[in-house]
Amino acid sequence: MRRRSFSAALVATALGGPAPLHPARAAQPVPVGLIAILSGPNAAYGIAIRAGAELALASINAKAARPIALIVEDSGGTKDGAINAARKLIGRDKVVAIMGPTLSNEMFAVGPIANGRGIPAIGTSTTANGITDIGPFIFRTALPEADVIPVTMRKAAARGCRTIALLYANDDAFSKSGFDVMQAAAKAAGLRIVATESFGSKDTDFAAQLTKIKALKPDAVGISALVEPVSGVLLQARQLGFGPETLFIGGNGSNSPKLGQIAGAAADGLIVGSPWFIGKSDAANQAFIKAFRTRYGRDPDQFAAQAYDTMFILAAAIDRAQAPEPERIRNALLETDYNGIMGPFRFTAHRDPASTAGVLVLEMHAGAFRIAG
Amino acid sequence: MLAQQLVNGVLLGATYALFALGFTLMFGVLRVVNLVYGVYFTAGAFVALFLARDLGLALWLALPVAAVAAGAVAVPVDALLLSRLRRTKAGELASLMVTLGAALALYAALAALVGPDIQRLPPHLLPVSAIQVGSLRVGVAQLLIIGACAVLAGALLWLMRGTRVGLAIRAMAETPEAAELVGINTGLLAALVSFVSGALAGAAGVLIGLAFNAVHPYMGEAMMLRGFAVIIAGGLGDIAGALVAGLVLGIAEVLTAGYFASGLKEAVAFALLVLVLWTRPSGLFGHAAPERV
Repeated sequence: MRRRSFSAALVATALGGPAPLHPARAAQPVPVGLIAILSGPNAAYGIAIRAGAELALASINAKAARPIALIVEDSGGTKDGAINAARKLIGRDKVVAIMGPTLSNEMFAVGPIANGRGIPAIGTSTTANGITDIGPFIFRTALPEADVIPVTMRKAAARGCRTIALLYANDDAFSKSGFDVMQAAAKAAGLRIVATESFGSKDTDFAAQLTKIKALKPDAVGISALVEPVSGVLLQARQLGFGPETLFIGGNGSNSPKLGQIAGAAADGLIVGSPWFIGKSDAANQAFIKAFRTRYGRDPDQFAAQAYDTMFILAAAIDRAQAPEPERIRNALLETDYNGIMGPFRFTAHRDPASTAGVLVLEMHAGAFRIAG
Repeated sequence: MLAQQLVNGVLLGATYALFALGFTLMFGVLRVVNLVYGVYFTAGAFVALFLARDLGLALWLALPVAAVAAGAVAVPVDALLLSRLRRTKAGELASLMVTLGAALALYAALAALVGPDIQRLPPHLLPVSAIQVGSLRVGVAQLLIIGACAVLAGALLWLMRGTRVGLAIRAMAETPEAAELVGINTGLLAALVSFVSGALAGAAGVLIGLAFNAVHPYMGEAMMLRGFAVIIAGGLGDIAGALVAGLVLGIAEVLTAGYFASGLKEAVAFALLVLVLWTRPSGLFGHAAPERV
């Protein structure tokens, strides 16, 4: 027992929390786990998430009656890695709650374990359908695509779009699920779907599909794919003569600064829904950005922002639970009523985000996103 | 729309034909299905990307340098992999397995070296403009591909049919032993064929990478299946046949996507392959087909 609380305190210190000098605080920090992708090709997501969570933790522990010891484990972006991390956090570190893992795929592997052991797990970036169906201990603060895309489609309708063509990568689960959402959301927003075309996510030539779409003259073109193929589609669309009269609409895959870097001016005008944006001018957001830049010397992204808010939401639930017991924390989480940098936040009874009030529609302009008019 | 789709099909088909030129040459002369060919294709694209993006070399200079570099890589790699197999007269299956293993190892090494992501030239370096004729639009980069395809195919045909070196290569393709008896240095010629084939692969990699502005380690592997379909449908070792088959495949894919269903586009390439093998069972590895290199 003594050894563990000592190592937990060491972790807290190493993670940049205030040194637990006060004896009452040093006695029992609350162990919380974070599973994130810190190595491999998708490490950028996990590194941002860890940075956001640790920034929030620093200000939480500065004021809290009982500090939180955040124990970070790398999943490497694989299901196996995420399962090992969860087993270690639950079995050895005896965490009372877990943040993460990063990918929906990983959550589908880790969720049943955490749920079975009665440890609340909160996904900060898991947007796929069905995450919270895993069980009563699984939460998410990330808005699923099913919530974000309808906001984008309504914006398109408000701009006067009446017809839309949809284009998606048919060999990738994320892109296909985004396409299903787009199809339903477009209909709900009153848009008529004039064409549905697919491609392979490694394809580089989209001329046949784009030529067909161009002949149908839709007001908008919705693309559900990861950022690389979306960039390729836009570059080729411009070459085939698509002009600013066609509104391009992206899914979550397009919500990346890489779009502007790869496609340049070809991406101008594309709109995409986002739960957070660096250009959002409210005081809380600006204070977050300033603190993040001071601590890390770079700009935060959406993933850091989601983890930042989630750390506060979880810490508040631990406080409300009064005792650091997983079951009590789970019940306290359900009573969340938090106003963070992504806007007002509550959970639904099914443990998903309750409101889309914080969703912003962004627009590509000169290679960068800005808030759409 | 039909006219534009036909143009799209010709442009896509030209990329397949361009890719298949060196591949079919290698098979026709050395009787080797050289799967490392796709690696030379990737290597050419990366050399040009590096020269143009990081060293600021003009694209028209980067193209020949990258082609020569890919050819220079092909000579020692092919010699290492294949010369022993050729000496011992191992069958096509042995060369297929050896080059498959080597190709997988080289792709993985390349991905470890440059990263698995798609890399691109900065948009301002690209010939992005398009030419509009009536309702037809053709990208300048795509026109470049058609031009390069015609020039390279013409040069290759001239080399094989219009020069003494070509005569010697064809003699070697016919019967290596007889060629040696009349004083032809078959080892040197095999190296030359490797170089030409590798350089063609490299040039194709640069042009195709440029046309779609997407360069990644596995781009050769993705083209390889199409390349197979093209050289089999065109007749193994038949340069003109590969050109025709490439165009037919490109047009068939585009028309399928444009008028039928884009999800079936991929299926067409391989349906074509199956069809050709049905109607010409002696195609792959069979020597009944006339050699017309």
